[in-house]
Amino acid sequence: MSAAPRYEAVIGLEVHAQLLTRTKIFCGCSTRFGAPPNTQVCPVCLGLPGALPVLNEGAVRLAVRAALALDLSIAPRSVFARKNYFYPDLPKGYQISQYDEPVARNGSIGVSSEGDPPAPRTIRIHRLHLEEDAGKSFHPDAGGAESMIDLNRCGVPLIEIVSEPDLRTPREAAEYLASLKEILEYTEVCDGNMEEGSLRCDVNISVRPAGASKLGVKTEIKNLNSIKSVVAGLAAEIERQSKLLAGGGRVVQETLLWDAKREVAVAMRSKEEAHDYRYFPEPDLHPLVLSDSFIEEIRRSMPELPAARRARFEATLGLPPADARVLSGSRALADYFERAVGAYDPARAPGAAKRVANWVQGEVLRLVKDGNREIDSFRVAPGALADLLRLLDAGEISNLAAKDVLAEMDRSGMTAREAMEAGGHRQISDEGVLRETVRRVVAENPDPVAQFRAGKEKTFAFLLGQVMKATRGSANPAVATALLREEIAK
Amino acid sequence: MSGAFRTAREMADDLRAGRTDSETIVSESLDRIARHDGALHACLSVADRGAALEAARRQDRVRAEGRAPSPLAGVPILVKDNISTRAFPTTCGSRILAGYRPPYDAHVVERLESAGLVLLGKTNMDEFAMGSSTENSAFGPSRNPWDLDRVPGGSSGGSTAAVAGGLVPLALGSDTGGSVRQPASFCGVAGLKPTYGRVSRYGLVAFGSSLDQIGPIARSVEDVALLLDVIGGRDPRDATTAEVEMPRHAERLRGGGARGAGSAAGAAGDTLRGLRIGLPREFVVDGLDAEVADAVARALDRAREAGAEVRDVSLPRVAHGIATYYIVATAEASSNLARYDGVKYGLRAGGTDGLRAMYHATRREGFGAEVKRRILLGTFALSSGYYDAYYAKAQAVRELLRRDFARAFEEVDLIVGPTAPTPAFRLGEKTDDPLTMYLSDIYTLPANLAELPGISIPAALSRSGLPIGLQILARPFDEARMLAAAHAFESRLGAAGAIPPRFAESAA
Repeated sequence: MSAAPRYEAVIGLEVHAQLLTRTKIFCGCSTRFGAPPNTQVCPVCLGLPGALPVLNEGAVRLAVRAALALDLSIAPRSVFARKNYFYPDLPKGYQISQYDEPVARNGSIGVSSEGDPPAPRTIRIHRLHLEEDAGKSFHPDAGGAESMIDLNRCGVPLIEIVSEPDLRTPREAAEYLASLKEILEYTEVCDGNMEEGSLRCDVNISVRPAGASKLGVKTEIKNLNSIKSVVAGLAAEIERQSKLLAGGGRVVQETLLWDAKREVAVAMRSKEEAHDYRYFPEPDLHPLVLSDSFIEEIRRSMPELPAARRARFEATLGLPPADARVLSGSRALADYFERAVGAYDPARAPGAAKRVANWVQGEVLRLVKDGNREIDSFRVAPGALADLLRLLDAGEISNLAAKDVLAEMDRSGMTAREAMEAGGHRQISDEGVLRETVRRVVAENPDPVAQFRAGKEKTFAFLLGQVMKATRGSANPAVATALLREEIAK
Repeated sequence: MSGAFRTAREMADDLRAGRTDSETIVSESLDRIARHDGALHACLSVADRGAALEAARRQDRVRAEGRAPSPLAGVPILVKDNISTRAFPTTCGSRILAGYRPPYDAHVVERLESAGLVLLGKTNMDEFAMGSSTENSAFGPSRNPWDLDRVPGGSSGGSTAAVAGGLVPLALGSDTGGSVRQPASFCGVAGLKPTYGRVSRYGLVAFGSSLDQIGPIARSVEDVALLLDVIGGRDPRDATTAEVEMPRHAERLRGGGARGAGSAAGAAGDTLRGLRIGLPREFVVDGLDAEVADAVARALDRAREAGAEVRDVSLPRVAHGIATYYIVATAEASSNLARYDGVKYGLRAGGTDGLRAMYHATRREGFGAEVKRRILLGTFALSSGYYDAYYAKAQAVRELLRRDFARAFEEVDLIVGPTAPTPAFRLGEKTDDPLTMYLSDIYTLPANLAELPGISIPAALSRSGLPIGLQILARPFDEARMLAAAHAFESRLGAAGAIPPRFAESAA
């Protein structure tokens, strides 16, 4: 019997994250995305003869912040090095990076892996280092004689975060990347925008027979610029390598480029063509020495990290894990939610937190997503949301009407009460006013009334709906129900 | 003394006293360049006469208003062609940068400008400062004013020839392994390599980034000090400039004179008395010219007479200096020169045959033989599998050499020796033998490796009438003591200010 051998993948990720500094890592040029080509440049980032780099302290602070968030050990002394290679968008002929003495090493991220229930796994991080970005090349007509170069991105500060080869499945890799992205966004180190390239991912992948301890030959896939691409690229490469091995073939060490449109990896260069980067310490910069007090100052200014916040939402606000996960999904959303809870119930009782959680996850996020926005541009302040919930609690407004009122508040910036009154949404609980409407509904719908009387309970909901419709949703449902039953029973 | 061979200090005094004006001085300087540069080929570009005279008149006006920005305001200067200038091309003596005009000024050029010096042009050099004779310039060699068949030394040979020939009183050079001091010694002028980190390299086209320093060249030690005071000090744009106090060196020299007996010799006696001077055993090598050895010995006799104590010191790793230097400097150069690829500025060759063909053609046609040799050496030294054996080892030896000097400087205040093993050699004499050429820097490059300040001053003339230089080295950032001693030696040796015979008649 020849059961096909099962293969296990061994995956490591190299993530480049653009730091949220205003200026470049070695000069004062702006890092703003999308400016006209070659307008955010100076002698330093153009690599003009004689220009020299000066390290941006802001970039160092953000790198340290990321290192602390990822539980890395920060080196008291790290060294910038030159990585030498020729490329038209690398104007100095070398990239200033860090090589054998990076700013931080040995950290980890927790991910939940496959399995039911998902078991938490720790993915080790090998290192984190600072470096400068290169420019961009454009080839306007494929195969044409002209190429264009934009050097605006040259010298934009990056951190490269290299994982250990601890990941085993595409899904796990996606989880790791999502967590990393979330942490970098939370700590305001990076905006996490993979489309604009502020977060970029390369993967190293090999397969081996399940249970084997020896590593297989690996390939590298570059240009995986979305989490979806990471999953697709890894899945395709695992399949390719596994088939190759199963058929008695050998994997060749090479670098592949992911084509997201066609969903295939294209060979870029083989091991033989691999660069010898001839790293050596950058003589234009002294080693980077970080004092304990510098690191401590940054540690003190660190925000609560997503995992900790999630845990707190569960433990002290009593949220179910699924709610806690959604609401801690971004720092802005979590902040919004927490402020709303605080405004709604200063005691932050679990019941109150859950009520706010439902509204934030439901109506608030729906409005935000419908508008294709982020929570930052939602116009209803957390306190205003709390006001609306209190109107609901007081029976001044119906649940249905409250949803319209929230949308109105977002549109116009009105307070809850203003929006409610402007929309005529104040709930009608006055029996005299409502009885009038109920009588009319009963009179105008003889058939459903007859059916109900004949025992068809479901038609009651229809009749109540007619009452709500007639009052544009402002009838107090409890009062309306009681009156409707009375009138039908007559 | 004739007008053209006045020191910058003398010109400054004349300007201050109203005996002359900048327009006259600059005009004379331009005349001398026009008359003599055909023979010397010291300059690669020269200022437009009208623009230079206008700059001079501007200095005359501000001086008349009592607002002269520095003692050197209105004094002309030439700058080596690897120092970036908006006003002139900056070619580094290379075809690959022919016509390249930087869009910015080097830090030192900004300093010259704000001190009111009048920049008259750029000087010839070995291509990318790689060489000891200026014969590696892509634009033809410069010649030594003392003997036009001989080299001026290098790589700052254009600057030293210009000062020695009386074209200008002041020039800037750069010194990576001796490129200011060795040509100063060949041309009979004073040339200083400051401590690494004393002068900003911002705008200096890099050769060996951990070794390069810009240095002043002049006809007197005091002029060197005046110019150092203009260009030195911390610059936030060069992270390797030091946060150390920048003394006013020129004032200190004058102050030393005032404390003395009122005469130059008296001042000199004061400075040298009690000074501990080290003579490194290792500086006596095969190939050290007997006349050079004599000149150094006589200089040390004068120092003893003035009350200095001369001691033997040992710098064991100096023997490995050349090997170490040619790994560190070439490794850094191989990286620094990668940017000349035809993409952005300077020469582009083979531009239509694809990227690789363009790279190859540009660098093949753009670089000269010595530059290619050093790029290859440096690339090899950094290659995977060789790094530890070469670059890492060289850095380790460099550290040991630093310690050798530190130990020696526990026993002595200054180290004195020859600047170069021989006086100026003939053009073509060493061009076929790079290793022999490399030996001409044997005494100068240890200071670059150890990041120390060093100065070369004229010590004597050889029997055949060629200048011989004396080198003085000091502790890091101890330029003040070094300059004071150099000043004292200068007045006791009487070799400074000599005028090359060929230029003496035309000096008036």
